[in-house]
Parts: sequence; structure tokens; C-alpha cells
Amino acid sequence: MQRRDFLCALGLVPLVSALPNLAFAAMPNANYRNLLLLVELKGGNDGLNTLVPYADANYYRLRPRIAIRRDEVLQLDERLGLHPSMQALLPLWQNRELAIVQGVGYPQPNLSHFRSIEIWESASQSSEYLADGWLTRAFKANPVPASFAADGVVIGAQDMGPLGGTGARAVAINNTQQFMRQARFADSATSKPNNAALAHILKVEGDIVQAASGLSGEHAFKAEFPKGQFGNALKTAASVVAGKSGVAVVRVTLNGFDTHNGQPGTQQRLLKELAEGLATFKSAMQEIGHWDNTLIMTYAEFGRRPQENGSMGTDHGTANAHFVLGGKVRGGLYGQTPSLSQLDGGNLLHGVDFRSLYATVIQSWWGQDARGILNGKFPALDLLRV
Amino acid sequence: MRWLIYLLMLWTGLAHGVGMGYDEARHLLVRTGFAPAESEIQLFARLTRQQAVDRVLSNTATEAHVAPPAWVAEPLPPRREIRSMEDEQRRMLFRELARKGFELRGWWYQEMIATPSPLTERMTLFWHNHFVSSLEKVKGAQLLYRQNVLLRQYALGNFGGLLHAIARDPAMVIYLDSASNRKGQPNENFAREVMELFTLGVGHYTEQDIKEAARAFTGWSLDRGSYEFRFYPFLHDGGVKTVLGRSGNLDGDEVLDVLLAQPATAEFVVTKLWREFVSQQPVPAEVKKLAGVFRTAHYEIKPVLRSLFLSDAFYAKENRASLIKSPVELLVGTVRQFHIEGLDPRLFALAGRQLGQDILAPPNVKGWPGGDDWINSTTLLGRKQIMARLFRAEEMPRKQVVLQMARNDRDERIAQRMENLSGGVVDVERFFAEFSGSESHRRTQAEKLLLAMPTSQPFNDEENASRIEFIRHLTLDPVYQLK
Repeated sequence: MQRRDFLCALGLVPLVSALPNLAFAAMPNANYRNLLLLVELKGGNDGLNTLVPYADANYYRLRPRIAIRRDEVLQLDERLGLHPSMQALLPLWQNRELAIVQGVGYPQPNLSHFRSIEIWESASQSSEYLADGWLTRAFKANPVPASFAADGVVIGAQDMGPLGGTGARAVAINNTQQFMRQARFADSATSKPNNAALAHILKVEGDIVQAASGLSGEHAFKAEFPKGQFGNALKTAASVVAGKSGVAVVRVTLNGFDTHNGQPGTQQRLLKELAEGLATFKSAMQEIGHWDNTLIMTYAEFGRRPQENGSMGTDHGTANAHFVLGGKVRGGLYGQTPSLSQLDGGNLLHGVDFRSLYATVIQSWWGQDARGILNGKFPALDLLRV
Repeated sequence: MRWLIYLLMLWTGLAHGVGMGYDEARHLLVRTGFAPAESEIQLFARLTRQQAVDRVLSNTATEAHVAPPAWVAEPLPPRREIRSMEDEQRRMLFRELARKGFELRGWWYQEMIATPSPLTERMTLFWHNHFVSSLEKVKGAQLLYRQNVLLRQYALGNFGGLLHAIARDPAMVIYLDSASNRKGQPNENFAREVMELFTLGVGHYTEQDIKEAARAFTGWSLDRGSYEFRFYPFLHDGGVKTVLGRSGNLDGDEVLDVLLAQPATAEFVVTKLWREFVSQQPVPAEVKKLAGVFRTAHYEIKPVLRSLFLSDAFYAKENRASLIKSPVELLVGTVRQFHIEGLDPRLFALAGRQLGQDILAPPNVKGWPGGDDWINSTTLLGRKQIMARLFRAEEMPRKQVVLQMARNDRDERIAQRMENLSGGVVDVERFFAEFSGSESHRRTQAEKLLLAMPTSQPFNDEENASRIEFIRHLTLDPVYQLK
């Protein structure tokens, strides 16, 4: 039996016949010193009022009441501009550290919050159910060094998102100091019970013990994070990164984007929180000399319907715009601007598969092969200066 | 008369020697209520499964026993009035409503602790997590109170009736934007969730069905002054719609009947009941059978629960100790079990929120996922910390306990207001009085009562430990989180 066949039999190599042997053999250790900060825009941010196609008459035709006025848009080029409350991200744009990927989605979009976020977080096909999150799979394929405090840390949310399923060393934290104080209640278990619920609890205890030994308390940053839940979450995230041993991923969540009703006020507040929070996070990372090792990426279950609804809001939609920022990011616009005249059942057609964003992280940022993890070939976007 | 029947039941049980026994009785009562007392389990142990289940399902309450806060009858200011308020005035109003929201949560906790009909409260909570509405969006605490009353009234009643009633429940009408669903300007929120989460489940309808159903619900709104449900004919789309193959000038109620006629609905609800009461792995063939019972009984809830509680799967060894207690079960159960008194009920609301179950404000329309998701590092540590606090050997200043339970600034402000309240008293002696015999025998019995399976970590110094230290050890063991 050839070595490759043997590995295939074990399920260790994706079954891609064209894969050259060398590529696999030469794959260096994953570079998990490069941090990924995932920002979930929960509820499905309205991408069209975030990256505004202000030169397109169709946009104003579809949104007579909630469109962002042309003279209010923060213009990025002669066609597109940012929501006015995202002022805080403009310096990053001018510095070319902010990439905006347009038209991100997937085929046969599902418009349920819960199903669609599952698809995003498990990187599955629309009709496929996968138990593990995409990061869980990435860490199974290429383990994070055991010296790290955890594979990933989830801040301020109940669900483990892309770190879900079994296998990842993931901890949920609200506040590092509180976590360190309470961790004394946790014990590393020695037994492996048959009872699945008990096994889950014992696994969580074990992860707590290890994380607590690798984290430090709250770091005193000079940067001042915005007040509120999201600002606090980012501050905790920054403290986690500043801890004595690393983590590969931090996920934070900004809630409230399901704007069926009264969208303008809500979205303005949320996007301001987002922009100011991320700009502050950059300053914090610069303070500890980590900005060049930081990649920030937003995601959400879906975008929203181009046509506004009757209640100054928007219903569930499909393709969306997402942000990627960091010290190594090659700023600018990526992907095609989705057409507002050619809609699919009233919704935007996607141009970039969301798994291309993940491939960018796995391949370009961490230096691994993404094909096996993502169950297919999704081209990485060329948005990093590596 | 009733006591005679019980006596007779007891006697037949004894005479035939077919009582279900301690373990099964404990399992039934834990899974259908909150932390039963030792005496109650002993009583049920002598009944057959059938007698025991019939007893659990008889005499269930449809109303709360604890009186609600007086303000639940106060009218809310009309929408228009709120909109024309000065910012500061509106902020004051919302702050006042948030305070009432907290009081309301406290009231429900009190009811769950005091109720003689725990299954009613378990099912009220189940439906709250099925027909979700949240104070975060609805704001009016009075409206959430009314919804809670409705859920309790139907908790063990008829699912179809509940579906029709909840669709016109004012809190729901606001929560899922029915109020702004109008002819020519449909808002799909309610139409989508009623299919995805309340009846059919994903995969049993199309996007087109949602669009058509949304039209059928146009005009379902609230009176602008009183917040009562009101149908506005001039906002209703009277055209022909086709929902799941049925065409006609359908209105909202007819769409709900179309949904109830689909076999998927009964299966969807039964699957959730299975997860709530039996295990995290519903068995499709069993679910189908139970769904048949549900439909034959025209969606009456008791018959399907009866079949579920009598099924072999319910008592199967592999399903014992297989579920994780929800935060509410943990808190209410612990308080009932140890006769803890003197705590402001709003504290439970704070603690529940910290543990990931903020009642009356679920995270989203799908509710709490539950199961293993109850436990992550934050919530597990939170659970342990609360137990460690309740069962500490020495007294701790009240203020500290309250403050450490607070999670954020808003909670902290509420907590500070509570700081001068007298502390809760854990009555360990009363708890141990339920058992008899030597101290070590009592402790063995206590462990059997409190834990669904043996401890995962042995207690090394049990001989020298006081009773409260012993309880503390048990409640900090991971097994205490199981039911």
C-alpha cells in the first residue's frame, strides 16, 4: 500500500486526485501565531445599507424610505460608499488595511436565521448537515500547539459557533478576570464516562483548567474601548490575545441586526459600535505589537432583501458584504457588486462563495491546505500581503 | 373522594407488588417537575407506572398560585403617546418597564418554586421556549404577563387552540412584527417563524409558502390605544393565496389550520417534547407513533405526554441522567429541595440570566437550544459558583453575594438596590430530617435523592465533613447538573 493510499484510508488526506504529493508533504506547521478575530453580525446585517451602491438608481427605487442619501454616504469610489456611522473605519480604508468583500453567499441560499448560520458556521453545502464547525475541523486537521491556552475563545455568546461540535478546545468567557477567579471550581477529570452529557461537562472543565493556566488577567490597554456589550467583548478579546499563551481564534458577537422593523436607527447604532470597536481593537493590537498578526473578519447568516418592507425595515435576504481587516490586509474592494436589476426571487445573487473567505484564512493566513477542511476547492481571495 | 382513590391505588400497587420503585419514581418526578421531595418519591415508588403517570397528569393547574404584581392591570401608554415623548421621558418609561420586567421574572420564579403543579410550570416554560417572545423587543411587561397567563392556561391543554391564541397574542403580534404586516407591504417575520419554529420545521415548506401566508396574516394587528388584538379589514389582502397546496381567499386562521393538518407539525412538536423529557436523541419511529397519538387526540397535550411518560424509552437505562438541567431547573430545584428562604426572587432572574437562561427574554425566536448547549465554560463556572455560595460553611456578607451575581452595570444597579435584603437561609437540617437512620445512612439516601448517578469525583474527607460541606461537595459535582 502506498503511503498516500494508507492516509486516504484513514481519512487523513482529502480525496483529490490532482493533489500533488509534495504539497501535502511540504505543508509547514500551521502558523497559529496569526490570530483570527471573527465578528458575527447576528441577525443578518443589511449589506446594501452598509456598503451603499449610491450611484445605482435601482437602489433608491427599491428603498424609497430607508436608502442612505447620496450626500451622506462615506464615498469609497465613484459607485460605492460606507454607511455614515462607520466613520471610524475610514482611516483603515485610507491606510489600505480594510478589505470589503462584496456579494458573499452560497448556492441555494436558505433564508432561515438558524439554518443559514449553521451552514455558515459548519461551512456546509445548503442541503448538507455537518456536526462540526469549520474551525473545529481545521484544528482537527492541523492541531493548535498544546501550549496554547485554547484553540479558540468565544466571548459574550452562548453558542460556540464555528468552534462547535466535538474536538476543539474552546472556552466561552465574558470577562477574563472573572473567568480566572471562578476557574478554581473546575477540576481536570481523569475518567471518560459513557454518558455523553457528563462527558461534555467534564470536557468543558478540562478546557477551563487549561485555559486558566494560559491566560492572564485583564491587560491595561491605553486604547479606550467604546462602552457597551460589544466594546466590552472586544476589550476582553484583546486581553485574551495579550495573555501569556496564545489562542488561534477569538469570536465576538454583535447582536441586533434582524431589522424587520425601524432599520435606520438600529443599524446606525450597531454599525457605529462595530466601526468604533474595531478601530479601537486595532489600536490595542498595535500597543502589544500584534497588529501584523491580526486578521479580523465579519460574518452573518445572510444579507437582507434589496426591496424594503412596509415597516421601515428589510426582510431576510441572501448575499452580503463583509469586512476583512488587519495589518497584513491588502485593502480595497473585492468581488463583483451584486446587480440590483437582476435579482433572484427578489434577492441578490452571490458572486463570492463564503468558503473562499475561510480558504483565505486556512491557506493564506495559517498556511494549510483548505480543501479537505472545506470539502472542496474554494479559491482563497488574494487580499493578504504575505 | 379523591384520597380514597389514591388509597385504593396505593393498595393495589402494594398488593400486587408492582410498584415502580424508588429509581423510576425519582426519574419520573425529576423529569416532569422540579427536584421532588424524598417523601413524594417514596409515595410514588409504590405506584405502578400507569398510576404514577396518571397522578402526575391529574389535577394540573391552569392558573398561577402566587399573586402577580399589582401593576399587571395598569394600561400601557399608547404607541402614539410614546412616540411623541421627549427623549428623557421615554427613557424613564423604558427604565420603568425594565424594572417591571425584572419584577415579573421574579414573580414567575416564585410561582415555579411554590407551585403545587410543577408540570404546569415546566410546560409553561416549554411553550415559552416554543412560542418565543422577548421583553427585549416587546418592552411592555404587562403584555408578557398576559402571554405567560395564556401559556399556562394552555400548558397541558390543546396545542391547536394555543397556536390560534398565540397568533393573536399582543406580545407575539409585536415580537414577530405582525402589527406592520399590511396589504401590499407584507412583513414575512411571523409567517416564516410560524412554519419554521411553531409548526412544521425546516424543510416542510417553500419560500413561496411563506410569501403567500404572510399575505393571509395582513391586517392582524393591535388596537392603537388598548394593545388588544384587532383585525383591520382595510389592511388585509383579500386575494387568492396558495399555502402548502391549498388555495383560496385564505385568512390567518385558515393558514394555521392548514399547518395543523400537516403531519410534520405533530412530529415537530413531539420531537421537541422528546428532547425535553426523554433524551437528546429522538427515535424517529417512536416519534412517528407519538405524533399519531397527538393527532388522533386532536392535539390535546395530555394524551401524548401520557404515552411519552409511559414509554419504555422514558425509563430506559441509557436515558437516565442523560439530560442537563436547564438553569431554571437548577435554581428552582435547588431552592425547593433545600427550603431556601428569604432571597429576593429577582435574584433568581439575575442568576438565570448569568447562566444563559434569561426568562421572558430568550436570545432569539428559536429560543434556548438547551441540551449540552446549556454548559460552556462560562455557564458551568457560574453554576458552580452559585452552589458554592449557597452552601458555604461560613456566613458571607449579603452585599458581596449579590454583587458577584451581577453580570453587568445594569444588573449591578439592580443588585445594589437589593443589598440590604436579609440573606437567604439554607435549611440543611430540615432537608436531612427527611431521612432516617444513622448519619452515614442519611447521607447515602441524600446522595441518591440529589444525584441522578454516582458522583464523578469521590469525597475524600467525608468522615470529618459537616452536613453542609457534604451537600456542597455533591452540588459542585458535575453529576449534579444532570437529570
